[in-house]
Amino acid sequence: MKERGIFNKYNAFWLATILVIFGLLFGLIAAGVINQVYLTVLMGIGINIILAVSLNLIIGLTGQFSLGHAGFMCIGAYAAGVVMKNVSSSVGGVLLGMLIGILISVVVGLLVAGPTLRLRGDYLAIATLGFGEIIRIVILNMNITNGAAGMVLQKVVDWPLIYIMVVLTLVVILNFGRSAPGRACLAIREDEVAAEAMGINTTKYKIMAFVLGAVFASVAGSLYAGCYYVIKPDMFTFNKSIEILVLVVFGGMGSITGSVIAAIVIGFINIFLQSFSDIRMIVYGLALVCIMIFRPGGLLGTKEFSYSALYKKLTSKGASK
Amino acid sequence: MSLLQANNLTRIFGGLAAVSDVSLEINENELIGLIGPNGAGKTTLFNLLTGVYEPSAGTIELNVNGKMKSIGGMAPYAITKLGMARTFQNIRLFKNLTVLDNVKIAMSKNIKYGALTAILRLPKYYEEEAKIDKLAWDLLEVVHLTEKGNELAKNLPYGEQRRLEIARALATEPKILFLDEPAAGMNPQETKDLTVLIRRLQKQFGLTIILIEHDMSLVMSLCERIYVLDYGKCIASGNPEEIRNNPRVIEAYLGEGAEC
Repeated sequence: MKERGIFNKYNAFWLATILVIFGLLFGLIAAGVINQVYLTVLMGIGINIILAVSLNLIIGLTGQFSLGHAGFMCIGAYAAGVVMKNVSSSVGGVLLGMLIGILISVVVGLLVAGPTLRLRGDYLAIATLGFGEIIRIVILNMNITNGAAGMVLQKVVDWPLIYIMVVLTLVVILNFGRSAPGRACLAIREDEVAAEAMGINTTKYKIMAFVLGAVFASVAGSLYAGCYYVIKPDMFTFNKSIEILVLVVFGGMGSITGSVIAAIVIGFINIFLQSFSDIRMIVYGLALVCIMIFRPGGLLGTKEFSYSALYKKLTSKGASK
Repeated sequence: MSLLQANNLTRIFGGLAAVSDVSLEINENELIGLIGPNGAGKTTLFNLLTGVYEPSAGTIELNVNGKMKSIGGMAPYAITKLGMARTFQNIRLFKNLTVLDNVKIAMSKNIKYGALTAILRLPKYYEEEAKIDKLAWDLLEVVHLTEKGNELAKNLPYGEQRRLEIARALATEPKILFLDEPAAGMNPQETKDLTVLIRRLQKQFGLTIILIEHDMSLVMSLCERIYVLDYGKCIASGNPEEIRNNPRVIEAYLGEGAEC
């Protein structure tokens, strides 16, 4: 039994899942179960999912340790911020800013990727960290971005747009991952020398993954600017990159499903800990230590949820009974 | 015209000439052995020929569609695309991926769709993936690994990992296959099976094979011509009979009274 083409039952399941979750959120918000506070948290989780998944593409799938993700988020945030201030403070403005942010991120991503992706491991981490800071400091010193004071914006992005962007990010990155270019990236993660010997242009695929990841970080930044009132350069420091990295490691490097779950779980842990603000960071740190001790590969390791695997598991169990 | 020609290849690491002034000429469909003591520069020579290292001096030319093309210093992936594939002395599989994916990854020559087609899941993606899927299963059948297709590469026993490496190299559709110690760590029975497999693959795919090996029974029974390296220099070449009786080879490598 072979499934051919895009109209197969697994894709139908996925479409149904997307619609059901949307409906559920819509219902809960309309009924007032999810109030304004929770909704803000939920939107933060959505943005974190985009950030974590896009960083996982670079770190988990391709094995390139980048610490410059906040830099690209910063580009997206300020592109949207500048357009909202100067052109139109509306959803259209955010989308236009998002587009501009994507273009800038592609250019900057290519510039960064060229020299840095020749490096490996720790060296690459340091180099990308440096580039992330350069991006932030350039933005800090520009007039149009209002420097260190940051920009005060209106909230124009509502949750459906974030939901759509989360779904879009997941579809693009999962589809990329499960294809020949995605396999090439996995091969680079596993053994770069062998990958190159098997005819894979490693530089090309590393750059491809890095730029694709950078684009979605920028998208997340634009959404952030559209729904959190204020953006300042010091929101996008090295600490932000580490925060995203924690999500990736927590969920499992190489598991997109893991990144999604990690973003959700950590989002909820944060809400829960808000009432104990004194010990918040301690508990948060302990949770991370525990995860690393008991599940060193992260929550899901490199496992991925898929309906086709679930189906196979169920049918083979049924057959063995 | 020969298929692969190396003239006066030299590779210097610091002050040490790991390979010095080695010339090779390899014809189509030949089975060539490369032997010599440990540290003689055999693997370095492989790395030069497959592009991992750039030669310090000398040229490498590959016959591409009837024209000799200089490939010295080209990137390994580009050389692979011209039809040279290799296995590694210390197995370098993509350990955490399935056996099937290991083979599919090496099929980049066959993949005729880009990232955008993959992301948009255009019909071309499904067509090409179905094609690659079939080719990969076929190759696994050639090396008798069909039943292990969905297992992770790291979970295979040693002998099967070696076979998978060969299947992966074949997936690049090479004209020349370089095998770096394919029988290392195998027991006599496995070595015998491997000998049969190599001979079969050479016929079935019309390959030219160059192998490094310390197991003289395999080398002497399989190879038509043998090059002997010692201290980076080529000290002898010829058919197995000539090599076996060459006093310099006996002194440097085989030893007195060797039975092979």
